[in-house]
Amino acid sequence: MIDWLSPQEWMAVHLSLKVALTAMAASLVPGIVVALLLERGRFWGRQALDVIVHLPLVLPPVVVGYFLLLWFGKRGPIGALLNEYFGIVFSFRWTGAALACAIMGFPLLVRAIRLSIEAVDRKLEDAAGTLGANRVWVFLVVTLPLILPGIIAGMVLSFAKAMGEFGATITFVSNIPGETQTLPTAIYTFTQVPGGEGGALRLTVVSIVISVAALWVSEWMARRVRRRFLA
Amino acid sequence: MTLDLDICHRQGSFTLEARIHSEGRLTALFGQSGAGKTTIINAIGGLIRPSQGRIVVNGRVLVDTQSGIFVPKHKRHIGTVFQEGRLFPHLNVRQNLLFGRWFTPRRERVADFSAIVDLLGIGHLLDRNPATLSGGEKQRVAIGRALLTDPQLLLMDEPLASLDEARKSEIYPYIERLRDEGNVPIVLVSHSVTEIARLATSIVILSDGRVTAAGPAEDILRQTNLFPQTGPAETGALIETHVLHHEEAFGLTVLQTRAGTLTVPLLDLAPGAPLRVRLRARDIILSLQPPEGLSALNVLPGKVSSIGEPDGSSVDVMLDCGGDSLVARVTRKSVERLGLRAGLPVHAIIKSIAFDREAVGRAPTEET
Repeated sequence: MIDWLSPQEWMAVHLSLKVALTAMAASLVPGIVVALLLERGRFWGRQALDVIVHLPLVLPPVVVGYFLLLWFGKRGPIGALLNEYFGIVFSFRWTGAALACAIMGFPLLVRAIRLSIEAVDRKLEDAAGTLGANRVWVFLVVTLPLILPGIIAGMVLSFAKAMGEFGATITFVSNIPGETQTLPTAIYTFTQVPGGEGGALRLTVVSIVISVAALWVSEWMARRVRRRFLA
Repeated sequence: MTLDLDICHRQGSFTLEARIHSEGRLTALFGQSGAGKTTIINAIGGLIRPSQGRIVVNGRVLVDTQSGIFVPKHKRHIGTVFQEGRLFPHLNVRQNLLFGRWFTPRRERVADFSAIVDLLGIGHLLDRNPATLSGGEKQRVAIGRALLTDPQLLLMDEPLASLDEARKSEIYPYIERLRDEGNVPIVLVSHSVTEIARLATSIVILSDGRVTAAGPAEDILRQTNLFPQTGPAETGALIETHVLHHEEAFGLTVLQTRAGTLTVPLLDLAPGAPLRVRLRARDIILSLQPPEGLSALNVLPGKVSSIGEPDGSSVDVMLDCGGDSLVARVTRKSVERLGLRAGLPVHAIIKSIAFDREAVGRAPTEET
């Protein structure tokens, strides 16, 4: 079974999963906060935040990747600061791939959560208030459980986007086997060399399996949540 | 308990200016939709911030715009039962009931879970999910959930409005028990005269954002001109009675009033049970002689105590039947033909099926 994939192919699969899971986990809390701000917040600049969050959805991924290179590269304004004070380096590292994937998937995550926040009956939150819960508790024990299906949907979208991200990743962190070569970039590389068809095909099958499994897990979780509401 | 409220609230083009002082065990806020009832409830519960004014419950200042006091809703200790129940769909009935407990410090938890569950008859529902409950069951759970927060006051915002007649009669007895056995004063919003006639101990009438009348239930319900919005048909008197015996062969129950007996459709109550009955003014016919050969079963002797202001062709005649005050709506012509005047002995005739079924409710017992 192990022999089925070459070491380089295994590395790409392993790295892709690491990058996608990291991107999904890291964007979860900011995604919920931004969705709340956009849906419930009344502050100056809300419109601007909305536009910025959605930019990766409409910009060519290469453009996003190039922006990341400019800002988060070793000599970019943010990249230099992070390197100097925290020792965090993004450029040409797997962390950079995760950052690119997180940013590309962020609008999808935020949209899914935002829709579910919009659907929450605010009267239930009022009711929780009259029962003695302050705003933080109301969020934790009423709002959060009610938007759980949206959060799950958003996480799956973010994960799927990260598994397939190509343009921004390759522009920002290049295509280094074992460090930044994810499934899509590995498949691309295989198709560019003579005799690489076998590897490309095998990784394609792996891609399909992972995507279908992710969808299935999310459906299963969403069904469990729904059943709790209705049964 | 005492509730003192003097607020002014503007919402768009609607202005509420209400001043209420109540000490009743169940105070009903009555009025048409848009009269400002829910605004008052929301102001007491802390869901809205009145533009101006003061709200004091049991001596505790909840709102005072002049000195900038506004106690947030989660610190008010006021339970609210909403029209739609508002049970949390992600929690089962038991978790819904105990929701307020999580936020009550252990030493302040007084309400007895099993006693409240018994009182409301919801013991068999504890592990169910709110989505599977009927409307009446949902409202009972909502009442229990509010009671378990140990509230100093229970607000009920048309808790029965979304229910059909059968479900309403399912809930009435529980609210009556709460009023008589519970230690929590209740403020109930309603737009149904029959509902407040059955439940209220005192009544506040609202119209277009203003209080038009307030006082003990019996006094308010007898005043015929206070319910312009519901029409004269709704005017009626409340009398306290108790069950004398049943005539099961005929499907009837006989009630004892101060002036005599009343026969009503069979009630599921033990003899001796106290009962409050509402007699609508339009269902009462007056006769100078004791009637003979008449199909109506209920005749109460009494005398005219006063005659009201004419309203078109009809006029309300107040009667004193052995200490119970009744009101009859008759035509002006009849008043003249019969020569009705204060002090004249008359007989009030009431058809037994004319009894407002909904308004036949348990009488408030006299302990506090």
